[in-house]
Amino acid sequence: MFVIGERINGMFVKVKKAIEARDKSAIQKIARRQLDAGADALDINVGPVRGSALDNMCWMIEAVEEVTDAPICIDTPKFDVMNEALHACSNPTIINSTKAIEEELDRYVPLAVETGSQLVALTIDKTGVPKDVDGRVAMGATIITKAMEHGLDMRDLYVDLVIIPVNVAPKQPAAVLGAIGQLKMFSDPPPNFILGLSNVSQSCKERSLLNSAFVAMCIGAGLNAAIMDALDHELMEIAITAEVLLQKQLYCDDYIAAYMSNK
Amino acid sequence: MAVPDVKENFSGTINEVTIGATSEEGGTRTSTVTIGGETGYPMLGFEAEYPHPPAFALEISTAGVEGWHDECRKHLADVAGDLGAWAAKCEEWGADMICLCLDAAHPDNEGRSPQQCADDVKRVLEATGLPLLVWGTDVDEVDNNVLPKCTQAAAGENCLFGTAKEDNYRTIAASCLADNHKVLAEAPSDINLSKQLHILLRDVGVDLADMVMHPTTGALGFGMVYIYTTIERGRIAALSGDRLLQQPVLVNIGKEIGRVKEAVSPAQADPQWGSHEVRAPLWESASAISYVESGAELLVLRNPEALRQAKTAIESMWP
Repeated sequence: MFVIGERINGMFVKVKKAIEARDKSAIQKIARRQLDAGADALDINVGPVRGSALDNMCWMIEAVEEVTDAPICIDTPKFDVMNEALHACSNPTIINSTKAIEEELDRYVPLAVETGSQLVALTIDKTGVPKDVDGRVAMGATIITKAMEHGLDMRDLYVDLVIIPVNVAPKQPAAVLGAIGQLKMFSDPPPNFILGLSNVSQSCKERSLLNSAFVAMCIGAGLNAAIMDALDHELMEIAITAEVLLQKQLYCDDYIAAYMSNK
Repeated sequence: MAVPDVKENFSGTINEVTIGATSEEGGTRTSTVTIGGETGYPMLGFEAEYPHPPAFALEISTAGVEGWHDECRKHLADVAGDLGAWAAKCEEWGADMICLCLDAAHPDNEGRSPQQCADDVKRVLEATGLPLLVWGTDVDEVDNNVLPKCTQAAAGENCLFGTAKEDNYRTIAASCLADNHKVLAEAPSDINLSKQLHILLRDVGVDLADMVMHPTTGALGFGMVYIYTTIERGRIAALSGDRLLQQPVLVNIGKEIGRVKEAVSPAQADPQWGSHEVRAPLWESASAISYVESGAELLVLRNPEALRQAKTAIESMWP
């Protein structure tokens, strides 16, 4: 499981304050905690913070790069910010994200290839989030085709099946599972499948429980990456256990410790 | 149309482990052995790197050649009573390492004392410049008394000491850490158990890079296929990035061959199997070559003729 820690996001009050106060150590602390908890990469999102999104993004990247060589997942909807930030980054990078719209893919996929980045592509188009399996599969196919056309290695592509909260869209989790099952047959090797996992439980009461159950189900369907709360200890353990049960990690009695020591 | 590139790339690499220390490194060895470092499945020279050929150790035993079959004994008649001369002879025969088995300390034998065993280790180190593998008795209490003395006696020589097992690893791990030796980790024929043992050893402070794994050994015709596939499966996990299985692999072949009727039975007893002189070393070398093809990097043999055959064969096909 490729875990991208989600906590460096201006949406969180601590992060917002740190950005505004230019408090590098606060950002670095969150970075380290996530990596220690088993995150493979770190998402960086400036969120709704005052000032230039690009300046804020570059400052956060700089802060994180001072403490780790882990890949950085640059999370911004703005192409210009993405482009500049990618070039400012010396750690490996992941573009987060493009939508399944042809014109967008024609900009983002070449950017990924040019900068040697990996790319997250959402199954969202101009009509929004598809309501069923078929819509996701169709958009997934568009993404895979475009990636191939521009020469992006499938191993560097993350198709994000876009989960929305179960309390407002109860049919969506099953649609995500069905879409992963179908899309993994589209190419050999298949692309990676990713989710912004915590979204499934947005505004729900049992957030951690929902995230945990869903991550296990998704891993069973073929999910191999997630932008998620690496600091949720039990969630991480469940994800690792699911992989052990599918023999994606080799069992040993101390398999949690084994997984962590393989970081 | 271009031919598609079918080369496989792996994220993991097998650890490189060096055994032995020369005078520059604080020891007295005249040569060292480095194993591991492969970046792909065995023997696929077109897609992977194989920086070190497999290393061969010849076994010598503090209990002499009692119980060894005639085709081994005939080479050893002059030296079996003298560990130093035996070790020197192995060097002459082209072994890369000496495997000293402390069999005499076994309660079924003479129950040699820890100090006597340590003296044996010293004697071998003086008689040969080759790196040393020291193998205990496989009796936990005995090993826990004997091996710490021996690691001390060989301090600075960067030997490989075995065997650490899931229910008896702490003493040997601590002794090897104290005296800077490598640890031979033995788990029977199961990569999950190997992985568990490596994590236990790591938790008491042994670096993953300082371990060699022994998945136990089966001779050709007597369980070799099980161990072969165990090594293969471990290799797949290791190359896929599982650091707990990236340790190079040792197999102890000579001892196992010594139990195989087809290899040890004299021609008079079983004339249908042909010349014993041909059959015995061939059984041992064929087992060794097969294990190299599964990924094993360090092979312990008994018969010098088997050593010659296996080395010649591996040299001719090593990528």
